[in-house]
Amino acid sequence: MGSRSSHAARIPDVDSIRRETGFSQASLLRLYHRFRALDWNEKGYLSRVDLQQIGALAVNPLGDRIIDSFFPDGSLHLDFPGFVRVLARFRPVDDEDNRNRDPKEPEPLNSRMNKLRFAFQLYDLDRDGKISRQEMLQVLRLMVGVQVTEEQLESIADRTVQEADEDGDGAVSFLEFAKSLEKMNIEQKMSIRILK
Amino acid sequence: MPGRGAPGPGWGLLLVLLALGELPRAQGVEEKPGGAHGESQGFQVVTFKWHHVQDPYIIALWILVASLAKIGFHLSHKVTSVVPESALLIVLGLVLGGIVLAADHIASFSLTPTVFFFYLLPPIVLDAGYFMPNRLFFGNLGTILLYAVIGTVWNAATTGLSLYGVFRSGLMGDLNIGLLDFLLFGSLIAAVDPVAVLAVFEEVHVNEVLFIIVFGESLLNDAVTVVLYNVFESFVTLGGDKVTGVDCAKGIVSFFVVSLGGTLVGVVFAFLLSLVTRFTKHVRIIEPGFVFVLSYLSYLTSEMLSLSAILAITFCGICCQKYVKANISEQSATTVRYTMKMLASGAETIIFMFLGISAVDPLIWKWNTAFVLLTLVFISVYRAIGVVLQTWILNRYRMVQLEIIDQVVMSYGGLRGAVAYALVVLLDENKVKEKNLFVSTTIIVIFFTVIFQGLTIKPLVQWLKVKRSEQRDPKLNEKLHGRAFDHILSAIEDISGQIGHNYLRDKWSNFDRKFLSKILMRRSAQKSRDRILNVFHELNLKDAISYVAEGERRGSLAFIRSPSTDNMVNVDFSTPRPSTVEASVSYLLRENASAVRLDMQSLEQRRQSIRDTEDMVTHHTLQQYLYKPRQEYKHLYSRHELTADEDEKQDKEIFHRTMRKRLESFKSAKLGVNPHKKAAKLLKRERVQKRRNSSIPNGKLPMVSPLHDFTITEKDLELPDPEEAPSYDAEEMSGGIEFLANITQDTATDSPSGIDNPVFSPDEDPGILSAVPPWLSPGETVVPSQRARVQIPHSPSNFHRLAPFRLSGKSVDSFLLADGPEEQPHAPPESTHM
Repeated sequence: MGSRSSHAARIPDVDSIRRETGFSQASLLRLYHRFRALDWNEKGYLSRVDLQQIGALAVNPLGDRIIDSFFPDGSLHLDFPGFVRVLARFRPVDDEDNRNRDPKEPEPLNSRMNKLRFAFQLYDLDRDGKISRQEMLQVLRLMVGVQVTEEQLESIADRTVQEADEDGDGAVSFLEFAKSLEKMNIEQKMSIRILK
Repeated sequence: MPGRGAPGPGWGLLLVLLALGELPRAQGVEEKPGGAHGESQGFQVVTFKWHHVQDPYIIALWILVASLAKIGFHLSHKVTSVVPESALLIVLGLVLGGIVLAADHIASFSLTPTVFFFYLLPPIVLDAGYFMPNRLFFGNLGTILLYAVIGTVWNAATTGLSLYGVFRSGLMGDLNIGLLDFLLFGSLIAAVDPVAVLAVFEEVHVNEVLFIIVFGESLLNDAVTVVLYNVFESFVTLGGDKVTGVDCAKGIVSFFVVSLGGTLVGVVFAFLLSLVTRFTKHVRIIEPGFVFVLSYLSYLTSEMLSLSAILAITFCGICCQKYVKANISEQSATTVRYTMKMLASGAETIIFMFLGISAVDPLIWKWNTAFVLLTLVFISVYRAIGVVLQTWILNRYRMVQLEIIDQVVMSYGGLRGAVAYALVVLLDENKVKEKNLFVSTTIIVIFFTVIFQGLTIKPLVQWLKVKRSEQRDPKLNEKLHGRAFDHILSAIEDISGQIGHNYLRDKWSNFDRKFLSKILMRRSAQKSRDRILNVFHELNLKDAISYVAEGERRGSLAFIRSPSTDNMVNVDFSTPRPSTVEASVSYLLRENASAVRLDMQSLEQRRQSIRDTEDMVTHHTLQQYLYKPRQEYKHLYSRHELTADEDEKQDKEIFHRTMRKRLESFKSAKLGVNPHKKAAKLLKRERVQKRRNSSIPNGKLPMVSPLHDFTITEKDLELPDPEEAPSYDAEEMSGGIEFLANITQDTATDSPSGIDNPVFSPDEDPGILSAVPPWLSPGETVVPSQRARVQIPHSPSNFHRLAPFRLSGKSVDSFLLADGPEEQPHAPPESTHM
């Protein structure tokens, strides 16, 4: 609704972004406005600080990790295509998308695997493709209240890794990660209705 | 209720539980001297004057009965989790009404429209407006307006016309009603009732968009109801054949006048209210009063001008909330919050109880099966049709689609309530011949919607939402990652600007910043508007207060070392005597952990192997201590509850951790050291700082180099300029903070037994005992905790929370440093900083 004040044409590369992300024109426009609003001093890109400004993220235990995932490979600037590309993973999965898609084309950004991959890289800080016990412990520390003692946390981390670890290497690979969540409706759980 | 035997001016209440038969006797004996000295003439020491206190006494007793009943309901959690409170209250009212009737043989009490509209409704609506989630409300305003206006007109017209059609077919028998009477009835029964809707929806946790739509609709449809009601009532008075097209046009015009006028009155009063609270600095104690008096005046004013009073007070609350909350002191804000909740909740309780009581009156009942049943059918069916049609139109324009489930809940949640009852009672018997039929039907409709639909909506929502799969215990991974997904999702929602971030809002917030806030907010409030900062400030203040309270309770500061405090994560290992502290901490750790385990084990050990038990403990721990995602715990609006402490605590914890982490990674970027070196460096710096502090007897902190990067941090994070901030709430804070300082001092000196921990020995740590509260020193007010951190460098747990920015080099949180390195290459090395 609203936002008739500007046109999608003002977004650079709008067509290629649309193809890549699958967002509708209206959604893109809205996200573009959001992007511009976050970029309060009109740099043309977002920095970490811009995202840290969002008050609600400060009380999100994973807030900073999620911010980091917008800045892959140590980059300091987030441009609009990059911004949308991350958000595109949270687009609801459409039946039509899958039916019309050419199997030779790359997986859409909002596929189950890509959604899982996004979550996985929040854990896997050293990018070795595995969640080590240490990495699991770090996430646990973020997500569990301070009432829980370090010992308990460690035992939880151990158990969690053990439960998912199938090849016995003491770490959770992406496939193991996906396997441990196979019963979960990721498509639904990792989608936001407004991001059509 | 005119023409009925209600004793009080309006209330007409009576003492029920205390044997009604006593009352006439009591009245009879009121002149009889009570007490031993009673003489027939002359001065009487004690007299019994029932009439003197009768009315307020009865009112107070009713309120007491209602409140006690609420306590009673909540004794059984099972009942209240299934049956909505409103339904219980109605049933209670029916019972009480029955007792009154049996004792008195006349229904002495009922809910009169005067009392309802003047005293019971305003607090409820004000509460709704004042706590309205504005962003959500205005984000969905278009949808809400459509449902409120078109939806209500549709309901009124279709219900009225259909009933008339059936009446003409002869199914209802012989009734003295015309088309206009039916339309009048339709218009008063059409409106969804804000009181009933909230009472029920509060217990049904639906998604926020759906909630705001139903809630907003019920508030805003008042204007439509009032206009339709007035128009048809005057038409009925005029007589059907005399109504002209001009009258109809006037009716449409009056809709705009009533609704826009009411809104305008509300906005004007909100402006006044905000302006007044800007200047109440020296009369803090009556500050909360302004909020209530001025909003109530907006209601009365608009009633006086025959505009929509509900709209007026709603918008008064909506518009003033931001400025009032910024202007008034923290204590006043708390007072306003609690008083408002108390009034609203109390009024709601009384309304539902009296709906029940009012129904027990043989005089008003006139039964017509066809009319009653058909009314029920029509309002449900047309509500559903209306919702589906409007949603179909709306979904073409809405970003957030309203799905089938939402529509079902919306149709089913169309509860009718006390507004309809008060309106129907207001009807003039001489003009509307079948008033009693309308009254009884309205009561039946209200009872049906509140009790039956209220009872079934919760199971319905659960049944619709959960496509129940197989019931099994989630695995650990699923539990943990599932929660992580929730957090991720809410973060992404925040980043993507959940509800349309549109042009109008930008314009408005510009206007607000440039003009409105300048006029309506205190200067200090304008500066401290940064949201993060506000949260931070509040958290710190709360920490300080609860810390002192805890200290007082225990009589010493010894509790700081107790294992029950929660900050094992934050335990500081960099104290000058690490061996002692570390040893004791790990000891406590062990003790603490094993205590939990033992407890669990003792319960389950017999049945389960140790392995299972441990698994269970793990699950249990996760279940209990995983941070909840925002959607789960932040309910939008609740009439009965203020945000629970639990949530604040969680926010606080996370916030502090986040801030600390950000500062660390910022510093690492700034200093350009690698994380390993940095840890050592930070450790060293802490020591240096501590030494500095020790040498400053009065605890005043010199502006020395370590603080420089804090200042930079502030600027980089876009926090307000520290130099400009000193006036910031200084006056009102000083009370609490001096108190803190004093208590700290007292407890520290009075009970030396409590400070055997080296951390608190005065010679090492004069900052704690400083009479100058850290918060008040100019220049650093923006981030008080930094000062606190520097001044109280080595306090293990609770004090630690006052110091979220602390940089303990070896704390177990240091893994967080790992987040920093990506930024480092870009920052110049600066090894000689110290």
